Amino acid sequence: MDEKDRTLLHLLEENCRTPISELAVLAEMSEQDVKKRIAWLESTGVIRRYGAVIDWERAGNGNVTSVIDLKVSPERDFGYDRIAERIARFPQVRSLRLMTGTYDLQLLVTGSSMHEIARFVAEQIAPMDRIRETATHITMKTYKENGTTFAEREEVERLPYSF
Amino acid sequence: MRSFVSERASAIPPSGIRKFFDIAQTMEDVISLGVGEPDFVTPWCVCEAAIYSIEQGSTTYTSNKGTPQLRGAISHYLGTRFGTPYDPEEEVIVTCGVSEAADIAIRAVVDPGDEVLVAEPCYVSYIPCVTLAGGTPVSVPCRAEDEFRLTADALAEKITPRTKALVANFPNNPTGGVMGESDWRAVADLLVDHDLLLISDEVYAELTYDGDHFSPARIPEIRDRTITLNGFSKAFAMTGWRIGYLCAPREITAAALKIHQYVALCAPIMGQVAAYEALRIGEEEKDEMVREYRLRRNLFVDGLNKLGLSCHLPKGAFYAFPSVESTGMSDTEFAEALLREQHVAVVPGSVLGPSGLGHVRCAYAVSRDHLKDALSRMEAFLESRKLSEQISSN
Repeated sequence: MDEKDRTLLHLLEENCRTPISELAVLAEMSEQDVKKRIAWLESTGVIRRYGAVIDWERAGNGNVTSVIDLKVSPERDFGYDRIAERIARFPQVRSLRLMTGTYDLQLLVTGSSMHEIARFVAEQIAPMDRIRETATHITMKTYKENGTTFAEREEVERLPYSF
Repeated sequence: MRSFVSERASAIPPSGIRKFFDIAQTMEDVISLGVGEPDFVTPWCVCEAAIYSIEQGSTTYTSNKGTPQLRGAISHYLGTRFGTPYDPEEEVIVTCGVSEAADIAIRAVVDPGDEVLVAEPCYVSYIPCVTLAGGTPVSVPCRAEDEFRLTADALAEKITPRTKALVANFPNNPTGGVMGESDWRAVADLLVDHDLLLISDEVYAELTYDGDHFSPARIPEIRDRTITLNGFSKAFAMTGWRIGYLCAPREITAAALKIHQYVALCAPIMGQVAAYEALRIGEEEKDEMVREYRLRRNLFVDGLNKLGLSCHLPKGAFYAFPSVESTGMSDTEFAEALLREQHVAVVPGSVLGPSGLGHVRCAYAVSRDHLKDALSRMEAFLESRKLSEQISSN
């Protein structure tokens, strides 16, 4: 992993559809080298997946996203890992992290309605062994996602010429 | 009624770009590669600090030479970053942009009749500043075949007994040329031999892509005959804040300070607060911007060369300076036709000095999408020219 790899990763994170030829020019290397490096980054699991950043509110599918905090009693020998693995299997769970602070696990859950999320928490998550407490926060509005700001701001006009 | 305009003001030629400005104003969809300013917004941490200080009531004058905090930070920054420490009390003046710093530096040292060498192509203000100070500007060419560096030979040719100083700007606007240590040492020998002063505008110092910027004041033999100018506009995307600085040996700084205190009093306090914050915590965002400029440079220069507009890979600043000779047009014709036909704004090189003839300045301080769009418009422009040539020759 060197500076060139990191440059490639930044470029792909910004737009994974950038053609190889353009990546080569931008990162100052041959196309062959770009392909080799990307293949390596994929095979070692540094690049997990290629995706798009979507403004679902704008897409109008009415999905609801929520953050769910869980207090969990850790298991001897396994800590939080086993329960986290079980929770991660639910497709509704988009992200799952172990956090410092009042709660232990933090889930990002999407569903088609608030009702659906409430049922998911009440029926699937809360009753699991070792879950001591849950707190569900529903997203009201997304301003920024994965580094992309959704609100449109008027651009400041620059002069066409200056020295 | 007689004309009240002074002979000195009359002697300054009007801007070579006025006509282009007027054409561009009539168009809706201009892609401007004509702007010498970053397209980034000032890092938010810097803006926040300035907003907070305004809320706290920091809306006053400051010490003429700038706040002690900012001078201290500049001194520390120059010392650690470029190896050129200056005494914050006696050798640093915070100015209203580098524009003012260049003006007061020149006025502090030039007497009527003095010749001042100006390495060109260059930013448009040095020559009028010399004229306004009563001096005689003398151009020294930096040629494409030398990667637009200033050579000792070119310099030696222009030195006369009346020569007092040299003004140079590296990394260079408009060429992107840079000077390394050995380049500067060759120049330094001449400065010492002929007892000349150097005014070095290093506002693009942070925008150096291959290796580190070399500041000529690092050469001990010329440290005391060098005025270093720098500022925050380019590195920290702070053009509108108007903060630059002048660093020089004590005696020259004292002379420049007299002029500064009468013409500017002090640089705006909001800008000084912001600049201090930029040096304190802006480094990471600055580095991020520099990385992005480098990507844009690679993309754009590659595109220009593919179009047949041969362009050396600029090692600094954010300008590409391709030759348009292959098109058979002069740089002014090229720039005007490109603007009229494809609404892409570039600056003809000849406006920036005789050595700029046959080149155009393209600022790549715009997004990569805009650069790609500009390149495809330039391609369409060159294609249509080729077609019309074929038709006229048939």
